[in-house]
Amino acid sequence: MEPKVINQTLSKAAQSGRWKYGQHSYFCQKQGSGNNWAYGYSVHGPKHEESVMNLVQKEVEKCDSLSGFFIIMSMAGGTGSGLGAFVTQSLQDQYSNSLRMNQIIWPYGTGEVIVQNYNSILTLSHLYRSSDALLVHENDAAHKICAKLMNIKQISFSDINQVLAHQLGSVFQPTYSTEGSFHYRRNPLGDLMESLVPHPEFKMLGVRNIPQMSESSLAYSTFTWTGLLKHLRQMLISNAKMEEGIDWQVQPHFSGHPTLGKMSLNKELHFNTSIANLVILRGKDVHSADLGGFKDPALYTSWLDPVNAFSVWKTQRAFCKYEKSAALVSNSQFLVKPLDMIVGKAWSMFASKAYIHQYTKFGVEEEDFLDSFTLLEQVIASYCNL
Amino acid sequence: MTQSVVVQVGQCGNQIGCCFWDLALREHAAVNQKGIYDEAISSFFRNVDTRVVGDGSSISKGKICSLKARAVLIDMEEGVVNEILQGPLRDVFDSKQLITDISGSGNNWAVGHKVFGSRYQEQIVEKLRKAAEHCDCLQCFFIIHSMGGGTGSGLGTFLLKVLEDEFPEVYRFVTSIYPSSEDDVITSPYNIILAMKELSEHADCVLPIDNQSLFDIISKINLMVNSGKLGSVVKPNSLVTSSAGALKKRQEKPFDAMNNIVANLLLNLTSSARFEGSLNMDLNEISMNLVPFPQLHYLVSSLTPLYTLADVHIPPRRLDQMFSDAFSKDHQLIRADPKHSLYLACALMVRGNVQLSDLRRNIERLKPSLQFVSWNQEGWKTSLCAVPPVGHSHSLLALANNTCVKPTFIELRERFMRLYKKKAHLHHYLRVEGMEESCFTQALSSLSTLIEEYDQLDATKSMPMPDVPRLSIAV
Repeated sequence: MEPKVINQTLSKAAQSGRWKYGQHSYFCQKQGSGNNWAYGYSVHGPKHEESVMNLVQKEVEKCDSLSGFFIIMSMAGGTGSGLGAFVTQSLQDQYSNSLRMNQIIWPYGTGEVIVQNYNSILTLSHLYRSSDALLVHENDAAHKICAKLMNIKQISFSDINQVLAHQLGSVFQPTYSTEGSFHYRRNPLGDLMESLVPHPEFKMLGVRNIPQMSESSLAYSTFTWTGLLKHLRQMLISNAKMEEGIDWQVQPHFSGHPTLGKMSLNKELHFNTSIANLVILRGKDVHSADLGGFKDPALYTSWLDPVNAFSVWKTQRAFCKYEKSAALVSNSQFLVKPLDMIVGKAWSMFASKAYIHQYTKFGVEEEDFLDSFTLLEQVIASYCNL
Repeated sequence: MTQSVVVQVGQCGNQIGCCFWDLALREHAAVNQKGIYDEAISSFFRNVDTRVVGDGSSISKGKICSLKARAVLIDMEEGVVNEILQGPLRDVFDSKQLITDISGSGNNWAVGHKVFGSRYQEQIVEKLRKAAEHCDCLQCFFIIHSMGGGTGSGLGTFLLKVLEDEFPEVYRFVTSIYPSSEDDVITSPYNIILAMKELSEHADCVLPIDNQSLFDIISKINLMVNSGKLGSVVKPNSLVTSSAGALKKRQEKPFDAMNNIVANLLLNLTSSARFEGSLNMDLNEISMNLVPFPQLHYLVSSLTPLYTLADVHIPPRRLDQMFSDAFSKDHQLIRADPKHSLYLACALMVRGNVQLSDLRRNIERLKPSLQFVSWNQEGWKTSLCAVPPVGHSHSLLALANNTCVKPTFIELRERFMRLYKKKAHLHHYLRVEGMEESCFTQALSSLSTLIEEYDQLDATKSMPMPDVPRLSIAV
């Protein structure tokens, strides 16, 4: 809703000489949303619905076979969060047969925006109703990757965005459709949803990838599939955000214990239970990789068989400069803690009624807040009880 | 890009406004080397073809022809405004942007508010409309005035009500100058309290600034310059202290240095909205993030650097010093001690070559020494603007919504009561038509309510964080 960033984006793309955005495929206004979810959702949304949906229509018409929409937005601000939620809803109304995946940027725990917790809970609760899957990227995690793994001294947003773009690329670059076949997967978005979101109550997906290092270190490293997959698996079960500092103490318990015991034991050791996982392998000798570790039923909830819960995509083509690389998209308890924290902080602010007048000014009432809290507490409870 | 209109009221308001326009021109000249009229300049200036007769049609693109400030100048005395119009800035102002009278308000809020308010209401509305029409997308009115006198205080606050009625969607940012305690206007406590009621009710955000603090800052700078402290040489281009290259007379007028600081404040406040950066912050975000409850919109500001060292390349250690300075008592533009009071919210607006990691590192470093209210433990709003101010490599403006304004307000109330109990000078006000004693009592109770609200928040300071039970879900 504000022209500076779009202007920057368009010119940067055009400068690359290799690709650019369509001349008319942008929409911007003069005055932003002031970090106000209510303004983005209730004021900008209806006002610009027609123009935005017209632009979408034009792009859709250019497609042969539309699988769905990938919406990139942040949760902390006003436009990305509020208008993003509104647009997702409009897409649901107008293109109900297409899939909608939202990539959401989870803000830093400490202050980028003071009302970020309010904006986040309003966004999440609305997206839970109108989106099919939420692919979450945490700013804190990306920041740590830049600091610890990439060895960047003075981290800028450009560095962080680079890490996130790498993660997205490692998931969405083409892969083969079936074992050994030479056709590329035609519908990655659909396949991803099918594998990872078996139940609408569980929509929150996290991404991890390995290896992740600066170019200078890359020259001195060699990788084996066994090593990479072992680390990736441990990252999954110990809920590590990156390759460093993984807690190797966390292990799945052995089957045979009563279910109640499993839950409490796992809670103590912070074991990350999964609903479904997708591993994407790119690089040399990809067929020799052994994925047995991911098929262990102890990793998953009881109501889904590993054969249905786990999928793998492969391609021999290396990604970026990594001879071998693996990415994991997981529907698991990855995001329970961050979600719980955001809901907790937002609730405590709500209890003191701080900033509420800024939202009610534009039509978002206290009941809307309460609805959001209810929905999200339900999601937290469901994930905790896996 | 949005535009803002500056309304300067009264002697103080117009003098500061004059400094502000001078600095704004210099800043844009330094940044905009090609002389093309771009979006950044358009936020405060119109590009006008003066050869065309009449209003001067606005040119929206291309080379700069003649810049006109988006401003309305109001004063009930002619002296200051005439001086501006005869000075080097005369081309920047349109004669149609002025409202003046001859007699002045006699340091009487009632005269400024009631008499001149009603007399000039129509004219004021008309000039404001004109200024707004020239804007593509008007976001904000900046009102500059003083609290102690008659015009700035009375007519300035009358203006707020008018703005609220005529332009309800446009933000009203008020920069209010509070007199020092050695002020020569005896009735200033009355003027201040009467004005504060209007500020609490009709402004979106108020930046109170204390003449005493400005004076102390300038004294410190002069001390450093004169003592020739090792390694600290005031940069000749610094917009803060020297007027080398400025469009003003060589001999500085007494308040010039102080006004420069306030002008810098306004420039830094709007920098992220005008120039690009990695984390932009628009003016509506300031109000959204820093005002948790409608009446508590008084923001304590602090600005660094106020003077700069001769080194061009400032290593990170000095960068950290900038952040520490922003929270020290010496850099606050109002006499208050935020470190020992309760923070409701805090915004850091950084300009120049500062990276995200520097910003975050400093927040982490400073957080433990500051007390935030229990429901806003991480109440930081940050912004990074790539363009530094003229003569500096980076700068920081910190805006805090902090209960440290409470002692200041309590003191103002006491000064008011000392006069009011004796009914001293009251007749000057009561003889003005429309003025009654109830105006005084209402103003007093408005201030007391405000103090009470800050009090309640302060009371939560030492209490442990309340455990608010979350919603429980039936599984």
